[in-house]
Parts: sequence; C-alpha cells; structure tokens
Amino acid sequence: MPTKHLLKIEDLHHSFGEEEVLKGISFSLDKGETKVIVGPSGTGKSTILNNIIRLVPPKKGKIYLEDTEITSAKKINEIRQQIGFVFQDFGLFNHLTAKGNIMIGLTKVKKMNKKEAEDLALLELDRVGLKEYADSYPSQLSGGQKQRVGIARALAMQPKLILFDEPTSSLDPELTGEVLKVMRNLAEEGMTMLVVTHEMGFARSVADELIFMEAGKIVEQGNPEKLFTDPDHQRTREFLFQLTDLYGEGEN
Amino acid sequence: MENLELIIDALPYLLEGTLVTIQLTFWSLLIGIVVGLPVAFAQVYGNKVLQGIVAVYERLARSIPLLVMLLLINYGLPRLGLRIPIFTAAVIGIGLRSAAYQSQIYRGAIQSVGGSQMKAARSLGMGKLKAFFYIIAPQAIRIAIPPVANESAIVLKDTSLAFTIGVVELLRQGEYFIATSNEPMVIYLTIAAIYFILTTIVNGGLSLFEKKYQIPGIGIEGGHSDAY
Amino acid sequence: MLEIFMEYYPLFLSGLGVTVFVTLISCSLGTVLGTFLALGKIYGNKLVSAVVRTIISIIRGTPLLVQLFIIYYGLPSWGINMDPITAAIISFIINSGVYQAEYLRGSIQSISGSQLKAAQSIGMTKWQGIRHIVLPQAFRRVIPSWTNEFIYMIKYSSLAYVIGARELMTEGKLIASRNYQFFDVYLVVALIYLIVIIFFVAIFNRIEKKVTIP
Repeated sequence: MPTKHLLKIEDLHHSFGEEEVLKGISFSLDKGETKVIVGPSGTGKSTILNNIIRLVPPKKGKIYLEDTEITSAKKINEIRQQIGFVFQDFGLFNHLTAKGNIMIGLTKVKKMNKKEAEDLALLELDRVGLKEYADSYPSQLSGGQKQRVGIARALAMQPKLILFDEPTSSLDPELTGEVLKVMRNLAEEGMTMLVVTHEMGFARSVADELIFMEAGKIVEQGNPEKLFTDPDHQRTREFLFQLTDLYGEGEN
Repeated sequence: MENLELIIDALPYLLEGTLVTIQLTFWSLLIGIVVGLPVAFAQVYGNKVLQGIVAVYERLARSIPLLVMLLLINYGLPRLGLRIPIFTAAVIGIGLRSAAYQSQIYRGAIQSVGGSQMKAARSLGMGKLKAFFYIIAPQAIRIAIPPVANESAIVLKDTSLAFTIGVVELLRQGEYFIATSNEPMVIYLTIAAIYFILTTIVNGGLSLFEKKYQIPGIGIEGGHSDAY
Repeated sequence: MLEIFMEYYPLFLSGLGVTVFVTLISCSLGTVLGTFLALGKIYGNKLVSAVVRTIISIIRGTPLLVQLFIIYYGLPSWGINMDPITAAIISFIINSGVYQAEYLRGSIQSISGSQLKAAQSIGMTKWQGIRHIVLPQAFRRVIPSWTNEFIYMIKYSSLAYVIGARELMTEGKLIASRNYQFFDVYLVVALIYLIVIIFFVAIFNRIEKKVTIP
C-alpha cells in the first residue's frame, strides 16, 4: 500500500521468547519531522528501531519506507543504507580511526573511491565539530566524541532518516550536551529523525511529536507541549513528571 | 569386518601400552607439581638470585623441544654415571617441561589473587603463611584449575614422545603390532581413538571438579601451552 | 661442542632452514585453515558447525605425533603416498589450524556481536561485516596467540625427525650417527633451538608493539 509518509509503521508486533514486547505499534514519520519515543525501560522502544532496519526482524506487522514495504524486502542492505542508525553504545569500529569509521561504509558499501570518501568523511566530521580528531581511534575519544563520530558516520551515508537508539544513555551527564546539540542542529536542518531517549528537555524543545509508550503499546502521542502540560492520560502525566524530575531539562 | 577383528586382536597390546601412557602421565604431572609449585613461589616471593635462577630454568624448558630434552637426558645422564631406566628418563623430561609451564600457571594464579588480598588478611592479624593458606591458596587453586586441566591433556599427549627413546607406551605397542599385522592405518586410528578418550576423560574430569568449586567469572580457553 | 658445530655447520644450518621454513608454512596456512574453521563454527549452519566442532575436538584430543604417523605411515594404506617433508607440513597445518581456529573463535566472538550489528546498520552484508570489521580486529587480537603458536611449532616441528624429514633435529641425528657423540650433538641442537626461539620472541614483541590499536 503506497503512502505519502517517509516512514510508516503498521501494527508492529514483536516478542522475545514468550515475552511480548511490542503489541501492535502504528505511527508514521513525514519528511523533515523529528519524533521522540519515550517510556519506561523494557517497553520495546529500542526494539522498534531494531525492527525497522531488521537488525532484529519483526514478528508481525508492516513497515514502509516511502513506497517500499521493507519488512519483507529482499535487499535489506540497500534499505539499511537509506536509514541511518545511531547506537546507544556508539557501535564504532574499534580498529578504525574516526575518519576510517566513516569511510568504510562509503568505500565498501557505496563503492565510492577513497579520495571522495575521505573528503566526505572530513566534511561530516567537521559538521559534528570533530575535524581535528579525524585520525584518532575510538579508544582515544571521549564518549560524547564517539557518539558524534557515530552520528557523522550515519550522516555520511546520506540517509533518508536517522534512528537514534538512546544516543546519550551511555554518556556521563556532562557529555550529553554536545551530542544533543548536534542532534538539535540536524533537526533544524530538516533531517528526518526518530529518537528514543530519556532526555525530556530535548524531547520537549526539538520534537515535532512525542510518542509515549508503555508495556509494548503507545499510550499517547501528540504535540510535546500538550503531552507535558495537558496530557489525555494520567499515566503520561506521571511518567513525564517523574522523568523530568529525574533527568531535569537535559541540555539546558 | 576384518578391521574389527584386527582391532580386537590388537586391543590387549594397546591397552597394555595405554597403562604405561597413563603411568607416564601421572608421574610427569606429579613432577610438574612438585617442581612447579616451589618454582612459582620462588618467582613470586623469592629474592633476586632465586628469581634469576628460576628464569633461566623457565627459558630453557620453554625453548628446547621436548624431543631434544628427552634425547639429552637419555644420552646425558649415563655420561654422568647415572644409569636410569628409559621410563624414568621420559618422566624426568616430560615432568621438567611441564613444571616450567605449571609454575607459570601457579604464579599467574597467585598474582591474580593479588597483593590486596594478602594485605587484607594481614590486617586481620594473620601471619604471611596463614594468609597464604587460608586466603590466597583457596582462590589461586580455583583460578589454576582450567589451565591445569589443559596442561594435563598436553602432558598426556606429550607422553607419546617417550616413544622416541624406546619406552613401550601406547604408540610403541602399536608399532609392534603394525610390524606383524602390516595394517598401519587401522592401528593408528585405534591409537588415536584411545588418546582421544583419555584426553576427553582428563578434560571432563577436571571440568567437573572445576564446576563444583567454581567462583563466578573465571575460566580460560585451552590452547597449546603458551610458549614463551 | 663448538668444534662439532664448526665441523658440521652446513648441515646444522640447512636443518635449521628447513625447520624455519616448515614452521612458517605450517603456521601461515594454519591461519588460513583456522580462519575457515572458526568462521564455520561460528557462522555456519548446524551441520557445518557440528562438523567443524568434531574435527577440532578430534585433533585437539590426539597427539601430534600420532597425527603425523597417520598421515605418513597410515595414508599409504589408502594409496596416498608423500615424502616426509610434505607429510610433516600437512599434519602441522592441520594441527596448527585447529588450535588457531580456537584462538580466532574466541576473539571473533568477543568482537562479533555489536560490531557486526553496527556494520549491518550502514548497509554492509553479514559477509562484508565479517570481512572488513570483525576479522581485521580479530586478527590483531590473536597476534599474541599466533606468535605463541609459531614458537610452539618451531619446537614441535622437531617431531618430523621420527619420519626422517630433514629438519634440524634429523640433521642432528644424522651427524650423531656419524661421529657417535650423541649427547654433544644434541646439545648443539638444543642451543640452536634456544637461540632461534629467543630471536623470534624478540622479533614478535617488536611486531606486537607496532600493530597494537591504541
């Protein structure tokens, strides 16, 4: 079924063994939109992201990238090239420099020549403010720097959208700001983003729409300001207040 | 199946050899422990001179092939006026090689338990010896079990080298039988199967022991003994 | 002793050459074999994985000397004949390959999970991820085991003596059976092994320092 959305998820189900973690999730994402998924740990937020690019194949449901149904598409690697992924634990390749991490996808997957790939890698590193760290290995970078390389790597593939899987959860509090700032800039530049995070400040100020999930279901979704100030569900209110208390307003 | 008949004919001889192989293994391992433990202590707690001597011994035992060691012992001891049976010569050679590797295992185990444990024990008023027996040793032994199991399997396999100086162990018995039957493949495969069973028992037995006394988070991959 | 070496040094040195050659070939091809075995064990389907597992446990559970005898004396029963050097090299490759497979497997598994996932997230196929991301890291990580394996192989290549392949040990035996000074000749042989191993250990330590990833 063709859609005008960039990404559309229909009735997504997933389970690990006996445990059902996703119980019918549906939402869509338009070009240039930033949506943030929040909710307690273990409610399947990350599973949705993993399902989308089939790092964990979904059990049931359909996912469309523009007109293509990608849940069963044969050429999953071509689809993964079009969807960036930023990992909680960075997922940097430890044997490659920051620059090498970005180049390898370009040269081996996109078959770009080395010089071109290098230029693009440096450009993307500059974009996340890490040009001077091009030749550093992951172990020589701070967590925040690692994550910015991770974002640069995703950007370099020129994806249609980027999925962020708790991008700041592994970071020390003082390092989350630099990563959130890069993400905020991306959103403002019109990148389409789907973000799982506990950073309420970011969610509130950057998201076009907030999705609150619990126990494998979407409880409520809508304008973040509304969810924060006047949610339809009592549960949403409790959760958002509790998190804001716990984590503060994040980057501000 | 004439092969089966052949194996059945050969089995009494091979089992006789197996017994010798087991004896070689047992005595060699024993020498390995009896020599290896003091060497480990010398490395950890000894003074500079002692450590130096022990380092030379380790270097030699780890660099000279076992085969060459066995031949040196076999031809060298008579020169010193010591006439010893070849079985003993084999056990000395295999045992001294193993001792060098075992000492490394024990040393590693003692050191990985660490100085802070010793300090903590001393802080309770234990003497050095008491601290070693009650605090360090129980932990070190557990750490040492997997590598010792691996080393035991290596020693078991290494006893086949006693063949080269004429000890009538499993492999040599096989040779004798092949000389009369002229069926090398069948006999060698049978011998291999016997070794396989023996090493499986050694590894299995020690891993049972290991499980029983395990401390969570400790274990290594068995490989060739680390060579240097 | 020095006299013995001076008198026969061409023989000792040619034996040493063969020893080093056999070791190099066996360890290098052992790495190739080991890589396939490790990949088969980790990424292969149930059948492949089970076959590899069986091969590994059989080779690990039996003495190298027996493996050598099977290949040199046993295979002719099945019509396969080869000269001593070839038989030695083949059995060493198999033996070393199996041990290297185990080192590599451990190293691959410690890297594989999240790194492979990250590779796939940028559109690499599983095989591309293994080739460009997992294996380069795994190989670096097993360098210490590989050098151990090399040292081990220098020593255990002396077993080729029992089938008469003319490496260092065999040359020693041939010299000794000429001059009847068995002990002294073997002492020279032992010293040569000692020096060569100290030499290689020093070289490997240097290489390891160079290729370490910060």
